[in-house]
Amino acid sequence: MDIIIPVSIVAVIGLIAGIVLTVAAKLMHVSVNEKVEQIRDELPGANCGACGFAGCDDYASALVTKEGISTSACPVGGAYLAIAIARILGVESEAAEPKIATVLCRGSSDAIRRVMKHDKEWSCRAATQLYGGQMECRYGCLGLGDCVQACPHDAIKIVNRLAVVEKEACVGCGLCEKACPKNVIEMREESRRIYIACKSLDTGLFTMKACEEGCIGCKRCVDVCKFDAIKVENNLAKIDYDKCKMCGMCVKECITGAIIDLRKKQKKK
Amino acid sequence: MEQIIIIMMSVILVDNFVLSQFLGICPFMGVSKKLDSARGMGMAVTFVMTLATAVTWPIQNFILETYGIGYLQTLVFILVIASLVQLVEVALKKYIPTLYKSLGIYLPLITTNCAVLAVTIMNIDEGYTYAQALFNALGAGLGFLLAMVLFAGLRQRLEESQMVPAPFKGIPITLITASILSLSFMGFGGIVDGIFA
Repeated sequence: MDIIIPVSIVAVIGLIAGIVLTVAAKLMHVSVNEKVEQIRDELPGANCGACGFAGCDDYASALVTKEGISTSACPVGGAYLAIAIARILGVESEAAEPKIATVLCRGSSDAIRRVMKHDKEWSCRAATQLYGGQMECRYGCLGLGDCVQACPHDAIKIVNRLAVVEKEACVGCGLCEKACPKNVIEMREESRRIYIACKSLDTGLFTMKACEEGCIGCKRCVDVCKFDAIKVENNLAKIDYDKCKMCGMCVKECITGAIIDLRKKQKKK
Repeated sequence: MEQIIIIMMSVILVDNFVLSQFLGICPFMGVSKKLDSARGMGMAVTFVMTLATAVTWPIQNFILETYGIGYLQTLVFILVIASLVQLVEVALKKYIPTLYKSLGIYLPLITTNCAVLAVTIMNIDEGYTYAQALFNALGAGLGFLLAMVLFAGLRQRLEESQMVPAPFKGIPITLITASILSLSFMGFGGIVDGIFA
């Protein structure tokens, strides 16, 4: 019988706390803006944080309460969502181009040299902290799959120690971009079909030794470009997409194959 | 009065909750990246500690002790603190939205913080009176705030420093810094007794 008093006391305290909380929630209910609720319903509810806010709720309230928040910040919802949000807010929508994750490295195990061997399959993050990883190239993909784990949509795979994105499955949430300690993954607008698939800032000689497919900063693409759209900075070519007309001349000229033209690949298939 | 000052001083400096008793290490590491959020967290903890003591002390002394069920202390305190913080959150949202926003996510986070539970239990174990318990809780919170702000300042400078060797960057240097800061607080040992001796 001794058990009854303690049990009932704790139960009563719990009950009182419950009642007080319920009453308080009713009495002090703060009515949320209707628009916030509407936008919240439109948002995907993944709470991935790719928009730069703490979650879908936060983004929805920021859209209504603050001015100048982009309606197209949600990459998961894409252009359709941007239009829906704009309709609720009563403003003109900005055209949002869907982005997909792109791996800016071609250093698969065929192309790149490894300087370290290890028995365990680490994470990229751990490997990076140990003298920048096991690859000769300090800038390239380590192929240990932090991005694979980060991706909620199974859109990334490791093939030959190199991360490969499956375009069809990628929703453009950008989680892999954040997970990559080497910043090799970048969110790229889909229309930008030509890009430099290398991040190495090492000198050409070093890059050439380390990897067969890296950008060596030889400036052949700079010379061949008629639109002045390519520059070489810190031994790495960079395309200015405002000027680039996607002619593909640089892709042909590149001797290491560091410039990729997605249209060409499709033709080969 | 003198006793209250001794309690406050010793709980802020000598027995600092974070740096000497190693309670509440999780927010100490997690929320100390920026000075602003560290201050917000510290203030929220101070507030909740004082409030929790104000409620748990009477519960212990008038309900649990009366029925001889002091062993249910932990359970009841967690229950009471959790619902109290919820209540405060709802009330703040309604009446002081600015404070609610500045405390933000930290308020619900401290519901399950060990430092808050520890201060309420220690008040009972030390046999403090109601006033002493309240000031002890306030001091514990201020000590937490002090540790957070000190550490956030150190971390911000470390982030900008170029002198940190590559293997120590990030978490390792943070932990080393925390241990040195903790060591330096040992210097306060014995000071409080000396002041009023």
